[in-house]
Amino acid sequence: MIEVSEVRKAFNQGRHNEYWALKGISLAIEAKKVTALCGPSGSGKTTLLTIIGCLARPTSGRVRLKERDISGLPERFLTGIRRSTFGFVFQQFNLIKGLSALDNVMLPAYPLGGDWRALRARAGSLLNSLGLGHRLEARVEWLSGGEQQRVAIARALVNDPEVLIADEPTANLDTALSKEFLAILETLAGQGKTVLLTSHDSLVIESSVVNRVIEMRDGQIVGVR
Amino acid sequence: MKTWIEKQKALIDFTLASLARRKIKNLGLLLVYTLIVFLLASVMLFTHALSKEAGKVLENSPEVIVQRLVAGRHDLIPPDYLERIGRIRGVQKIEGRLWGYYYDGVLKANYTFMVPQPDALMAVESGKIAIGATMARMRGLVPGNTISFRSYSGKLFSFEVSSVLPNKSELVSADLVLLSEADFRAFFDYPPDHYTDIVLSVANPLEVRNIATKLSTLLPDSRPILREEVLRTYESIFNWREGIVLVLLSGAILAFAIFAWEKASGLSAEEKREIGILKAIGWETGDVIKMKFWEGALVSLAAFLLGYIAAYLHVFRFSSLLFEPVLKGWAVLYPRFELTPEVDGFQVATLFLFTVFPYAVATIVPIWRAAITDPDAVMRG
Repeated sequence: MIEVSEVRKAFNQGRHNEYWALKGISLAIEAKKVTALCGPSGSGKTTLLTIIGCLARPTSGRVRLKERDISGLPERFLTGIRRSTFGFVFQQFNLIKGLSALDNVMLPAYPLGGDWRALRARAGSLLNSLGLGHRLEARVEWLSGGEQQRVAIARALVNDPEVLIADEPTANLDTALSKEFLAILETLAGQGKTVLLTSHDSLVIESSVVNRVIEMRDGQIVGVR
Repeated sequence: MKTWIEKQKALIDFTLASLARRKIKNLGLLLVYTLIVFLLASVMLFTHALSKEAGKVLENSPEVIVQRLVAGRHDLIPPDYLERIGRIRGVQKIEGRLWGYYYDGVLKANYTFMVPQPDALMAVESGKIAIGATMARMRGLVPGNTISFRSYSGKLFSFEVSSVLPNKSELVSADLVLLSEADFRAFFDYPPDHYTDIVLSVANPLEVRNIATKLSTLLPDSRPILREEVLRTYESIFNWREGIVLVLLSGAILAFAIFAWEKASGLSAEEKREIGILKAIGWETGDVIKMKFWEGALVSLAAFLLGYIAAYLHVFRFSSLLFEPVLKGWAVLYPRFELTPEVDGFQVATLFLFTVFPYAVATIVPIWRAAITDPDAVMRG
């Protein structure tokens, strides 16, 4: 579904502090499977995730989404692809404080201009399915870490994307909540979602939910399991 | 089109929810903003209505007034002037007027004594006077009362108040005392057949200036005063007063401008983070800008509407309590009157342009800068 070939990414290119986060990555991500990128901090996991998720462009190399080269597209088009194809769950959840759980979930769909009532119903049922039906109107800062993550997952799913991208999803969760997350992941995989996540949590990497683990170090792939 | 409307609705919905999150800050801004619009709109509405009012009053005034000057000072009109002017072609009607000022030591105010024109509805019998409502109020007079004035020659004259002039004319009749011609001449020791000034009606309004020129030639010692000149003078006085108030207000306006710019342009780290999140979850740069545009537009439109409505009520319901002394001018016999509600579209547009527009721009510029940053920054928390 997604093919990455010879992708390199530099930060501060041409300056004294130039840094190559990715040094020629090539890999293919299968549809409807759960793929995990693992490796220590600074290995380039998150950078690769941002490039695949159309949040950033590679310095060189190509990214193909369903046979279409998307690495050179202007921002406007990348936003469109990001909105329709990918749903993101960030490490810090990145929910907007002061807004309710329901409002946060509805946010990605606002620019699409669909029917507001239908959107509200969809967001409500997503939160319901994640066990947050009783917290719809609660402000996100009043929610526990696990609840916040489920709101973030519902937000990632509201536009019904094919691919869910999660960056260190269990980094801020205890074991029980991490297991809860894996259960949600299993359901999503069962629904046919393609999942790409980064993690250095053994609980995630060794989980049976994860179909494939790609090990990274110093901006390169060092192993595939 | 439906999608576009739904999208704008969604953006407005988010903007409102977003504004509600910083309630105190945004309400404070709205309050100050409303106050500024209120002050500016009050001054504009008041001066505009007042000059319109003056215009309406003067609509019925004579087209030309002729005064005689001696050594540059206003002097009495000698008897033959009426006849000489009457010969000028185009003059429809000519009348001599009798009026003068009288200082009342009791109120420490000047009254205008005047003989009503022969064709005026308000005829006054000898020994009686009709007085303005302000004067009646200040001196506690009602019809039937008698009042005495000591004339400039030292003689005491007593008059019975026959009527009080209607309230609606109070703007021009506050200090007015109407009396008969015989009483006027006796009270002021006025020479027979002399008048204070002459009023002319002109058949063709386009001829007014020509007639004024002819008058100056025929009677070189006289000064024709045209109605349009009086109107223009009033206009300038009100504009000047409006200017004075606006200058006084300019400090407040400047303070607001700095405050609004600071609020609108200074993006907090929290706001920048939120923009990053919105972009990461699929908002385009344009969507973020539109959302912020709505934020600016909603705040400034609300402030404009609230401020303008408050100003309207202030001026037309509460008689401009705040600016009355500066804008109306000062007088011992202060008239009480209600202005006719008068809204000038051009003024509304000007005020709108100078309040709503700059704020909306001030909100968009910094957002544009923040919104074009790469969305991957949010990934790195």
